[in-house]
Amino acid sequence: MRYLEEFRDAELVKNVLSKINHTVKHPWVIMEICGGQTHSIMHHGIAQLLPGEIELVHGPGCPVCVTSLELVDKALSIASRPNVIFCSFGDMLRVPGSHGDLFSVKAAGGQVRIVYSPLDAVKIAQQNPDKEVVFFAIGFETTAPANAMSVLYAQSLGLQNYSILVSHVTVPPAMHAILSSPHNRVQGFLAAGHVCSVMGYHQYHAISQIYKIPIVVTGFEPLDLLNGILMTVELLESGTPRVQNAYSRVVSEAGNIPAQALIKRVFQDCDRNWRGIGLIPQSGWELRPEYHFFDAEKRFEVEQIQTRESDICISGQILQGIKKPPQCPAFGRICTPQNPLGATMVSSEGTCAAYYRYARIDMEE
Amino acid sequence: MNESSIPHMQGPICPLPIKSYEQIVMGHGAGGKMTQDLIRQYFVPNFSNPFLLEGNDFSFVQTHQSGRIVVSTDAHIVSPLFFPGGDIGRLAVSGTVNDLAMSGGIPLGLTASFILEEGFSISTLEKIIVSMAATAQEAGVPIVAGDTKVVEKGKADGIFISTSGVAWVPDHLHIGGAFAQPGDTVLISGTLGDHGIAVLSARGELGLETEIKSDVAPLNHLVQSIVQYTRNVHVLRDPTRGGLATTLNEIAVQSQVGIILNESSIPVDPVVGSTCEMLGFDPLYVANEGKMIVFVPANEANGVLDVMRSQKFGENAAIIGRVESTPTGKVLLKTIIGGTRLLDVMSGEMLPRIC
Repeated sequence: MRYLEEFRDAELVKNVLSKINHTVKHPWVIMEICGGQTHSIMHHGIAQLLPGEIELVHGPGCPVCVTSLELVDKALSIASRPNVIFCSFGDMLRVPGSHGDLFSVKAAGGQVRIVYSPLDAVKIAQQNPDKEVVFFAIGFETTAPANAMSVLYAQSLGLQNYSILVSHVTVPPAMHAILSSPHNRVQGFLAAGHVCSVMGYHQYHAISQIYKIPIVVTGFEPLDLLNGILMTVELLESGTPRVQNAYSRVVSEAGNIPAQALIKRVFQDCDRNWRGIGLIPQSGWELRPEYHFFDAEKRFEVEQIQTRESDICISGQILQGIKKPPQCPAFGRICTPQNPLGATMVSSEGTCAAYYRYARIDMEE
Repeated sequence: MNESSIPHMQGPICPLPIKSYEQIVMGHGAGGKMTQDLIRQYFVPNFSNPFLLEGNDFSFVQTHQSGRIVVSTDAHIVSPLFFPGGDIGRLAVSGTVNDLAMSGGIPLGLTASFILEEGFSISTLEKIIVSMAATAQEAGVPIVAGDTKVVEKGKADGIFISTSGVAWVPDHLHIGGAFAQPGDTVLISGTLGDHGIAVLSARGELGLETEIKSDVAPLNHLVQSIVQYTRNVHVLRDPTRGGLATTLNEIAVQSQVGIILNESSIPVDPVVGSTCEMLGFDPLYVANEGKMIVFVPANEANGVLDVMRSQKFGENAAIIGRVESTPTGKVLLKTIIGGTRLLDVMSGEMLPRIC
């Protein structure tokens, strides 16, 4: 098995689609949590193959999109300093802050580097002892273990010049926020497979019970997504809201226990501002006090930054599944990936960017 | 004379000139003896042809009485300079030969100008020149004129090569991005994304070791075999930077047509496919340097496919789509699982995804 084509098999896809068609009786609104899932749904043209009863809305699970403007501005400020090498995942470079993005910092002479792993940033710190190396530690539960590992690794090497700018967010509080909103439309969740590969899915049972909503752990390939949708529809039609796993080749109920221990050792819960949504209590992670030495926010005095968001952008409502990109007056007209007004247009996993890239077929330009 | 116009002397100058350097020094670009020596020692023996040996600052190119002359130019920078399957020299020759060849014409000659950074290794330069000569030989296109400049250390990244060229196109061929017509079939000469992934993994930053080789190659012979088979070719284009998707979007806009592709028939090497999957790239946006897109009327498609497959650099050619009148200026992709989506141009730089 090469895991490249098997889960895109056209015949198997047809089979699952016909099962979905056979099962669905009522209209349902289902939200995929993760931006990677949104990307895959649009990339493979999955939504249009589904029966009209099923409406997919797109969740807040794009870490690039929800990283708060304050933190992006802090990143820009730190990256602009002459003695700093600022390391980041690639798709964070184009995210607009109040003034410019990391690309413009780089063009102005700042040392901004794309890395694939925080451990690469630690290597850069080893090779450049006279520079401060800062890694932009963004992401959900998925990226947290490697980010935690980088801190422990830097500590074990005795590195004095490595720090991380932490912007970790967690999925369950966001699900609570969406479901308790008076505007909520979501009736079923496709839980983010890779988040669950780290955290397991035991923590979703409570959410499912409180809000009477089915939650199905779902992967990213077309067959994974369609199987997740099928299981969600079965649970909805039979009126049995509970948690199921449609991604068992990767996810177990308990998750990756050593990875969880690593997270717990380095990070602790904190309130977080989500870009476009606002403050969600206890929805993120920050470094524990014993690792404050590695906290870029503490190492670099960054004054309180006045942030400014676009007045037109509706990315907050998009991130909560209340509206879809074509309902925004700016979408595709004044807001494009080249000139994004909000973060959902920037990352390839952002809902607006995915619509712009894959679904702008009938739009006049 | 004021003080600022007095030249700064950087210490005493050695009275005995060093005859043979291992590295480029500023004097190699000064236009004097050192420049001549560099040209005589490294460029002339490799690029040797009657035009160059005339020693003028220009060259005559033999042409025909009918037809049109095509001109093209291309600047080449690449890091690393040598990568699996090629190097900057092969790239510089192939790049301009291919741009010229996409007119359907016969490339007649190239010029090359080199910007060298002070300190650049002369043996590396020689390797690059040898590779350019071999590629020019392979294409059957002489390098008829050239120029070399040297810039101070730090003002360039080793070596930049610009090549220009001319080609001759017979009157009966009318090939260009604006000539795609509804009913045309779209063909590609082989697998996509090889060059971009080969260069990326040669940089060694990804921690990946792939066996992928760049496809960099001159395609003029492949083009000639097609236009000799049929005059009925509407568009030829090499999908370099921005890849297949970006190039097809350009053609859709130029011709005011819609282009519909079948994802399942687009050839991608499995190693390139999985590397892209891992990094969050799409092979349809990754650069190629030895591939071309062909638009011909549907009734010519199978014949052209057979011709391409029988030629070097066309062995893995495939029919990948068709042209329709709508949606105007757009490219649609029928996905493997039967959905349809937009295949947009790349916006800015391709960025690896976070997770």
